[in-house]
Amino acid sequence: MTPTYYLLLSALLFTIGAVGVLVRRNAIVVFMCIELMLNAVNLTLVTFARLNGDLHGQVMGFFVMVVAAAEVVVGLAIILSIFRTRRTASVDDSNLLKY
Amino acid sequence: MTSSSNSWLLAALLLLPLVGAAVVTGLRGNDRVAKLTALGFSLAEFALAIGAWIAYAPDGARIQQHFSFDWIPAFGVHISFGVDGIALVMIAVIGLLVPLVIGAGWAEKLPEGRTAGGFFALILLEQALTVGVFAATDVFLFYVLFEIMLIPMYFLIGSYGGARRQYAAVKFFLYSFLGGLIMLASVIALYVMSADELGGQGTFDWATLVQTVSDAPLSTQIWLFLGFFIAFAIKAPLVPLHTWLPDATAEAPIGVAVLLVGILDKVGTFGFLRYLLPLFPAASEALTPLVLVLAVAGVIYGSLLAVGQSDMKRFVAYVSIAHFGFIALGIFAFSSQAMTGSVTYMVNHSIATGMLILVIGMVIARGGSSRIADYGGMAKLTPLLAGTLLIAGLASLSLPGTSSFISEFLVLVGSYPNAPVYTIIATVGMVFAALYVLWLYQRIMQGPLRGAALVGATGGAAPATVEGGGGVAVATEPETKKILDLNSREKWVLAPLVLLIVGLGLYPKPVLATVQPSVDATMCAAGQTDPVQSAERQLQCP
Amino acid sequence: MTTTLAEGVVDASGAASAAWLLLALPALGAAVLLIGGRRTDKWGHLLGSGTVIAAFALAVVTFFGTDFAQQHNLHLWDWISVNQLVIDFGLRIDALSITFVLLITGVGSLIHIYSIGYMNHELRDRRRFFAYLNLFVSAMLLLVLGNSFVTLYFGWEGVGLASYLLIGWYQGKDFAATAAKKAFLMNRVGDVGLALAIFLMFKNFGSTQYTEVFAAVGDAPTGLIVAIGLLLLLGACGKSGQFPLQAWLPDAMAGPTPVSALIHAATMVTAGVYLIARSSPIYSLPQAADARLVVMIIGAVTILIGCVIGCAYDDFKKVLAYSTVSQIGYMILAVGLGPAGYAFGILHLITHGFFKAGLFLGAGSVMHAMNDEGDIRRLGGLWKKMPITFWTWTLGYLALIGFPFLSGFFSKDEIINAALGQEGPRGWIFGGVALLGAGLTAFYMTRLLILVFLGKARWTGLKSADGKDYHPHESPTTMTVPMIILAVGSVAGGFILSMVLPDFLVPAIGEVQETHGALSHTMVGILAVAISAIGAGIAYLIFGRSEQPVERPQRVTFAVRAARADLFGNHLNEALFARPGTWLTRALVYVDNRGVDGLVNGIAAGLGGSSGRLRRTQTGFVRSYALSMLGGSILVVAALLVVRFA
Repeated sequence: MTPTYYLLLSALLFTIGAVGVLVRRNAIVVFMCIELMLNAVNLTLVTFARLNGDLHGQVMGFFVMVVAAAEVVVGLAIILSIFRTRRTASVDDSNLLKY
Repeated sequence: MTSSSNSWLLAALLLLPLVGAAVVTGLRGNDRVAKLTALGFSLAEFALAIGAWIAYAPDGARIQQHFSFDWIPAFGVHISFGVDGIALVMIAVIGLLVPLVIGAGWAEKLPEGRTAGGFFALILLEQALTVGVFAATDVFLFYVLFEIMLIPMYFLIGSYGGARRQYAAVKFFLYSFLGGLIMLASVIALYVMSADELGGQGTFDWATLVQTVSDAPLSTQIWLFLGFFIAFAIKAPLVPLHTWLPDATAEAPIGVAVLLVGILDKVGTFGFLRYLLPLFPAASEALTPLVLVLAVAGVIYGSLLAVGQSDMKRFVAYVSIAHFGFIALGIFAFSSQAMTGSVTYMVNHSIATGMLILVIGMVIARGGSSRIADYGGMAKLTPLLAGTLLIAGLASLSLPGTSSFISEFLVLVGSYPNAPVYTIIATVGMVFAALYVLWLYQRIMQGPLRGAALVGATGGAAPATVEGGGGVAVATEPETKKILDLNSREKWVLAPLVLLIVGLGLYPKPVLATVQPSVDATMCAAGQTDPVQSAERQLQCP
Repeated sequence: MTTTLAEGVVDASGAASAAWLLLALPALGAAVLLIGGRRTDKWGHLLGSGTVIAAFALAVVTFFGTDFAQQHNLHLWDWISVNQLVIDFGLRIDALSITFVLLITGVGSLIHIYSIGYMNHELRDRRRFFAYLNLFVSAMLLLVLGNSFVTLYFGWEGVGLASYLLIGWYQGKDFAATAAKKAFLMNRVGDVGLALAIFLMFKNFGSTQYTEVFAAVGDAPTGLIVAIGLLLLLGACGKSGQFPLQAWLPDAMAGPTPVSALIHAATMVTAGVYLIARSSPIYSLPQAADARLVVMIIGAVTILIGCVIGCAYDDFKKVLAYSTVSQIGYMILAVGLGPAGYAFGILHLITHGFFKAGLFLGAGSVMHAMNDEGDIRRLGGLWKKMPITFWTWTLGYLALIGFPFLSGFFSKDEIINAALGQEGPRGWIFGGVALLGAGLTAFYMTRLLILVFLGKARWTGLKSADGKDYHPHESPTTMTVPMIILAVGSVAGGFILSMVLPDFLVPAIGEVQETHGALSHTMVGILAVAISAIGAGIAYLIFGRSEQPVERPQRVTFAVRAARADLFGNHLNEALFARPGTWLTRALVYVDNRGVDGLVNGIAAGLGGSSGRLRRTQTGFVRSYALSMLGGSILVVAALLVVRFA
């Protein structure tokens, strides 16, 4: 098999995710973009696992998914509590931790 | 290096003040008990130091009282200690000064919220660390202690000092720490070089390093030399790396100033002798002009600035800077006389300048100000205090009959054959020394009674209001101050110093005989021979 | 340890082996009095005098019990020894040192006794005074007895300390404190010379012991010998108040008068002469001719300076001080003559010790009686009130100006003769200066005699500085007896000593070299007396026949004004050293605070400032952090790729 298309798709997804993280202000959307980046990486891992014919890449993919799930739990909880106290989900409004 | 021959004496010397610090920390609640306990521990430590001196055989091995065990085997780091004659006399001086410092700090007014227990515990901790620095025979261990030593001192200045104590403490710490980091680079380089030389595992063991790396190429040596030298030159303060010392001395409590000037600074000149000369003989010789210029500049510059000071504590700092110039001159003049002179200078400077600081502290405790202009004609009120100030001053100007004369004379007479021009300039410094000491004495003690601290003051017998022998009692009217002469505690603090100053001035042999074999060994390790040749009694290298 | 001793030097035995007691007794006295404090107030002066008198007795015993054809070496302990450098704490008892020991302890004893009476109005501190005097005697004995240049240096600075303490005795007064400091400092300048000479000796001869140095100097090159000679001379100039370091000695009169008599007339200030005489094996070398010439020039210049300034001063003790300066000039001139003059320098030193101590004690007696009034214009006519003081003082005066057959006549005459005996124009110049000095000495001393003791009593109706009337009276016995003894010594000492001393000193400083100038010895004697008589006569014509005003005349010639201002020596010191020095130290303090420390603080401030600016990049926007992370990652990846493929 040729990995080119898989990798191109993965790179495309990763770029979309990265741009989304950088330009969007809604915390939920930023969050989703991060998931997109993680999954783009997962796709790469699985592609190479298939190419090499072993399971290391797929195992790594599972790890990423587990971490992502944990991250979603913690991240959404933070976003929710911020939204409750500040009535906004914009990341630009939460800039207290600066110089 | 086998652990079977470990010396318990040195281990006890290192551990006793640590234990003391812990115990005194626990006794913070009760000032009096804490003070007495601290004094007890420091006296026991002094007795141990004397014991180590007696046990030391000058003609024996270079490093004695050895004890060692592995610390980080992967990098060949050992916790290993041992003393030669030079380290031994320094440890003895520390042992002498700490009880006196505790005695002098007995009635010290500490800042709000600080306890005497904490203060004395830190002093004991500092003592343990400085003993460790002088006794370390592993270069890595030396580096670690060299840096850790800063921590108690940082708190001693920063928590217990005068008005600008934070500034002084941070400045002190940053200066010393910067030097230490530069040294670390050289220390690591030594390890790498020894690994190349020995094949595989390197070492930090001082004696092994001296044998393996001392014949490195000159350019390498110069870089490593500079790494160590900057650290030591900051510590010892050589001009122009000296500016932390006046601030630190001025802000530190009196006892801490004694430790700072009397002991901590000596680590720098000790480092010259123990590390620079044997490890980098070629670089030491190549860079001698640099060091000599700095040394002589220090003598003259420090003296002139001491003349110009208006604050007593800063005055002492600049006096010390001048004296460190002499010490550095003696070390880098490469003759056994000058080097022996430098080592005894380290001892005698601790005693003489230590006494000078203590006496000035007693003056300040009475007048409440460290500005010289606030005093005048004080001898009328406190003749004994005036006498002790004069004795300390005369020792600082190296009058024959005081111990400092022996060392200054040896430094100069030994330096002259190799470095005549530098020696002549430094000898002129003798005149400046007389000027700054006598002028200080005149302004504080002589002339009619005057100055904001003394006007309206009266001397006389101890009134009932003085508590704990603090010495100063301000009566209800601000016009009549009662300024008292030395009390018995202060006499006990100063008497041993006076005795040593005169005793070692007339009979310096105990110190000379102890340090000379180590000095000879240092000369040989540095590949130097004496400039003045003589048929008998010549420097013998193995 | 045993050092090999040179020829003619033996280990001390018998009375000489107890010589350490000479130093130890006064040192012990000083220690007891200083440590004992108040407890010794009652008997401190007795102990202080007792130790010195005992030392004198011991010195006499040593003198008679020792064979001075040899030099005796007494090793006490190893003092400083590091490899090649071996310095004994040891004594050398020989003809030269025993002569000095007798002078120091003898005059010292008399002055201690005198001080009991003189200091009786300061009972509270009298024992401290005696402690300092004892300290001085001990240090001075070490100076002359030490057997190496370093022990000499020890005593040398020790007497400097004692001198400092005693000049500053009235430490509540600023001028006394300043004078003491000045004395110590100018002495230290000289000490630098002495120290450098010692360094040179160690470098070139490997030792500082007299025996070894003197054994080695013979083949030393000229440059070295001249350098050592000049450096030793610098030391001598500092201690002995010779040009250009003479300015401290008159100021030193701020101390109590017994101090001026003992330290600043009879003993300490003559240490420079001792140093040169002791170093005679160096100065006698043919290589040292240039150094000797400089010594002579210094001596001659100082004779003139001392005399000229002495003529203009109105302060009793300061005139005597400048007289001392010029008389020591004679001694320095004498020892500068080399073998022709050593013995006569020492001879003059001893006779001067007697009559100048007597003159000072007389001055002290006058001031004691006159509420410490030292301005000779406010004295006068005292001979009736204090006859013993007057007569003893007059005998000292006659001895000083060289009245025939009194002690000064013999000693000064020999020096003038030896100076005239130099070859060529040198003889005429130095001899002429010495003769001129004799005339000037007679002039100012006669002026002093007339203004203080003769003429009208100008003090009646005046009040002293502390507002009291003057009630002159003769001094107590403890003061007059020493004066009488010294007066007897001034009269008879010269004759006896000039017979025996030169021969006695031969083992220590060598044979006297006969000189034959253009004038015979008798002619020189007559000439000197005649010139002195002329000087005294002129003084009588000016001051003896008319009343002198109580206020010092202000409309005077430039010469007098210059002399009153110490020939501008102090102005010169002030302009050359004191004021630039003050500016320099102030400038350096500024540079150190602003420049060196400013650089350090500047670096700290620079770091602080730049990090203050850098932290602005922490905006708090998550997106910008994410962007920088992305940028960083891309950089890392790019770098990896470049490394791999490039």
